[in-house]
Amino acid sequence: MKKLSLYIHIPFCVRKCHYCDFLSAPPRENEKKEYVEALCGEIRREAAAFGEYSVDTIFFGGGTPSLLEQEELEKVMKALQDGFIIEETAEITMEANPGTVDRKKLEGYRRLGINRLSIGLQSANDEELKELGRIHGWETFLTTWKAVRECGFTNVNIDLMSALPGQTIESYTDTLKKILALEPEHISAYSLIIEEGTDFFDRFGPGKAEEDRLPSEEADRTMYALTGKLLQEAGYSRYEISNYSRPGRECRHNLGYWTGKEYLGLGLGASSLVGHTRFSRETNLETYLQAAMAGESTVVWQQDLSSRDQMEEFMFLGLRCTKGISAKEFRKRFSADISAVYGKQLHKLKSKGLITVDETGQIVLTSLGLDVSNQVFVEFLK
Amino acid sequence: MSGIDQSKIRNFCIVAHIDHGKSTLADRIIEQTGLLTSREMQAQVLDNMDLERERGITIKAQTVRTVYKAKDGEEYIFNLIDTPGHVDFNYEVSRALAACDGAILVVDAAQGIEAQTLANVYLALDHNLDVFPVINKIDLPSAEPERVIEEIEDVIGIEAQDAPQISAKNGLNIDQVLEAIVEKIPAPGGSSENPLQALIFDSLYDSYKGVIVFCRLMEGTVRKGTPIKMMATGATAEVVEVGYFGAGQFIPCEELSAGMVGYITASIKNVKDTAVGDTITNAANPCKEPLPGYKKVNSMVYCGMYPADGAKYPDLRDALEKLQLNDAALQYEPETSIALGFGFRCGFLGLLHLEIIQERLEREYNLDLVTTAPGVIYRVHKYNGEVIELTNPSNLPDPTEIDYMEEPIVNAEIMVKTEFIGAIMGLCQERRGRHVSMEYMEETRALLKYELPLNEIIYDFFDALKSRSRGYASFDYEMKGYEQSELVKLDILINKEEVDALSFIVHKESAYERGRKMCEKLKEEIPRHLFEIPIQAAVGGKVIARETVKAMRKDVLAKCYGGDITRKKKLLEKQKEGKKRMRQVGNVEIPQKAFMSVLKLDND
Repeated sequence: MKKLSLYIHIPFCVRKCHYCDFLSAPPRENEKKEYVEALCGEIRREAAAFGEYSVDTIFFGGGTPSLLEQEELEKVMKALQDGFIIEETAEITMEANPGTVDRKKLEGYRRLGINRLSIGLQSANDEELKELGRIHGWETFLTTWKAVRECGFTNVNIDLMSALPGQTIESYTDTLKKILALEPEHISAYSLIIEEGTDFFDRFGPGKAEEDRLPSEEADRTMYALTGKLLQEAGYSRYEISNYSRPGRECRHNLGYWTGKEYLGLGLGASSLVGHTRFSRETNLETYLQAAMAGESTVVWQQDLSSRDQMEEFMFLGLRCTKGISAKEFRKRFSADISAVYGKQLHKLKSKGLITVDETGQIVLTSLGLDVSNQVFVEFLK
Repeated sequence: MSGIDQSKIRNFCIVAHIDHGKSTLADRIIEQTGLLTSREMQAQVLDNMDLERERGITIKAQTVRTVYKAKDGEEYIFNLIDTPGHVDFNYEVSRALAACDGAILVVDAAQGIEAQTLANVYLALDHNLDVFPVINKIDLPSAEPERVIEEIEDVIGIEAQDAPQISAKNGLNIDQVLEAIVEKIPAPGGSSENPLQALIFDSLYDSYKGVIVFCRLMEGTVRKGTPIKMMATGATAEVVEVGYFGAGQFIPCEELSAGMVGYITASIKNVKDTAVGDTITNAANPCKEPLPGYKKVNSMVYCGMYPADGAKYPDLRDALEKLQLNDAALQYEPETSIALGFGFRCGFLGLLHLEIIQERLEREYNLDLVTTAPGVIYRVHKYNGEVIELTNPSNLPDPTEIDYMEEPIVNAEIMVKTEFIGAIMGLCQERRGRHVSMEYMEETRALLKYELPLNEIIYDFFDALKSRSRGYASFDYEMKGYEQSELVKLDILINKEEVDALSFIVHKESAYERGRKMCEKLKEEIPRHLFEIPIQAAVGGKVIARETVKAMRKDVLAKCYGGDITRKKKLLEKQKEGKKRMRQVGNVEIPQKAFMSVLKLDND
């Protein structure tokens, strides 16, 4: 049976964060209820085409999916179970923000089979959190964390960010230490990227008024190095550019994205890769609700990947993982020799010290390659 | 057409400073003599290149024939020859003036006389034209016609008391101008029985008719079948068609005779054969001598032009070929740069001419160009007696072979409000100017005369002049000649490699300053690489300035999950596109923008 991952998008949050460029907003009256109804309809409709797949990972992302009420979530899970063949051992992740879940809710998650949580902490420093526009503080997080462990969640991720406005090496070190003391199974550590179209861009973007409140390049690189060092010392290994885990606790769902595994995204704006086609759904909530309620397809964009596109993705997604890509896998997938397709590029990157290629044909980014990975990835594009 | 009464012809032009309303007045004359109704007119009929309309300047001479029924009941033929309005095209202006018998001087009632007003009036008077003034823009609240009349009489010394006071924009008092043309501009002379003697004042290439020659007949007659000869270029041809100028169209006629203005076509393939200023005569019955004043037009400013996409080299060559059909002053020859690949070294009359050609190549031929810093022609005297005319800094011989170098100097006239005299003198000083004289035109305005090296004014002198005088300065110049000068070649080294396309010739004293600014600018433009990149300016192998582009330490997409992949791939593709547009010099990728950005170094 073919394997499939499911992504379920919940586009609601308590308040939009200043750096956020994801599809989410605070819900209006009744909007959550309508959305759940539309989503469940979509799940049932779309599931019909996936009879020969078994689902081994599910990811509830947002927004803040933990804003859903227990009965709403139950409906969604019911629809999923009715429509898809879900494996016993499936990894089912829920994104949750501190302060949006309590013991009762978490117990409910457990009952529904959710076995992994991803908590958007970002920082242990209250001022930094305030600057980000987060609704929680460190204490709120601790309360949530206590509840998470008490309810028996043993596979939990904590999101962290460095290079934040006003952040110092000291405050970041403090955050890292506080997190490590909690011994989460997984840590995602992002260096803040100022995305266009966010509040942050207007304040901290290039040439903007508060640009100088961002840590210097020197400080940014120090924080970045610290992340690797402290996490490694604490027994985490880096398995992707921004992801660290205890052995065996890698996020299976996300690994799928980087290895070309098929996934079906359901809900507002969700993206999918099915067969060799990428497609994505309507991003306007009202339009989405109308279409989904009327039983129509919500797909608004799609692209059939040429074999060249697939090769490019294989390279630039696969190399995000520290384990890299293998020449053997390339040949198996494309019936072509990697050196015939990318020999020149690989040679160039090797000589620049950005990648290494071992005798088995395993290609991985060097430490420098990880720092400037875009320089590597562009080489594989047309 | 034959048998036209010479006494009823008026050949004239309008001279003015830029923006004083020359083209608007031309439009009104055309409109009010009934050639076109205002509805048929696009604003400013005579400026018919898009670029000319946009910039509000006339680049090519335009000519129109119109018929005016005067108050004396007679019909007069007006040939209005509109002249280019920029110092780059001074020679064309002088030939257009030579085709006229009189000129209307337009002066802005608020601004008064400006540097170009003077230059153009003197040019007209030099050609023995009868000049009468018109005061324009009297509708402006700031208009001071009385002051301007006085100024014209004091400064230029022509009668201005009864000058028509008009608003060309609103069509006010245009009838007075039309009557003045009849009264004050003399009828042409010459005899249609004499051997043909016609002055070429412009030409343009038409893909059906070949070259269309614009000319003024001084003597004789020309018609279809007349064998003609251009006396300076020696080209011969047989006339296919003659005619005169409607508004935006050519109207064929039987013959052209002495005193008339019109066009000739003769299946001529190249505008180079019909040089502006040359004399057309009858090959079978030539006139004794050509008309005076012909000179070969030389390029004053040179730069390298390269296609941004190397594969477009043949397209650039074709485009230059086509532009040259219509523009004898444009010169080009192939050259190769290590940094930029295959391109052309192009010669222009001046910086405006350069900009116009560049814009036309980009707009009309859809080419993306990389241009090197414009330079002038230097004369390099070698010890072995050889003299090289240097247009490309890369071709400078080894310093040990050079005895001395010369650079072109211009006579510049700057008219400025007295409060800005200090600022403008400071500017001229910085640009190595030699003060010649200063005269007060009236209490509040002065005329400064300077000798300036041409290479100091081709970059951004106009901009600097404008900003330092808050717009209250005007400028005109003409070539004076060559003078010995302490010149050096400034080289730019990027990661220790010399970039030929960035080298230029500069005065010894300015070398440090320019080198420093170039390094600073390049530092901004060159993206970070995986290694540190020194940028150095050097003279004769000695480094005089240095900047460093730090090594890249972070270039990463932190998040790339299911919903991000397509978007992030697009970002990477964009980055890749940017890389493709860069030029590889050694192991450094230099954006094309960097080559252009060093052209504008002055921020003050």
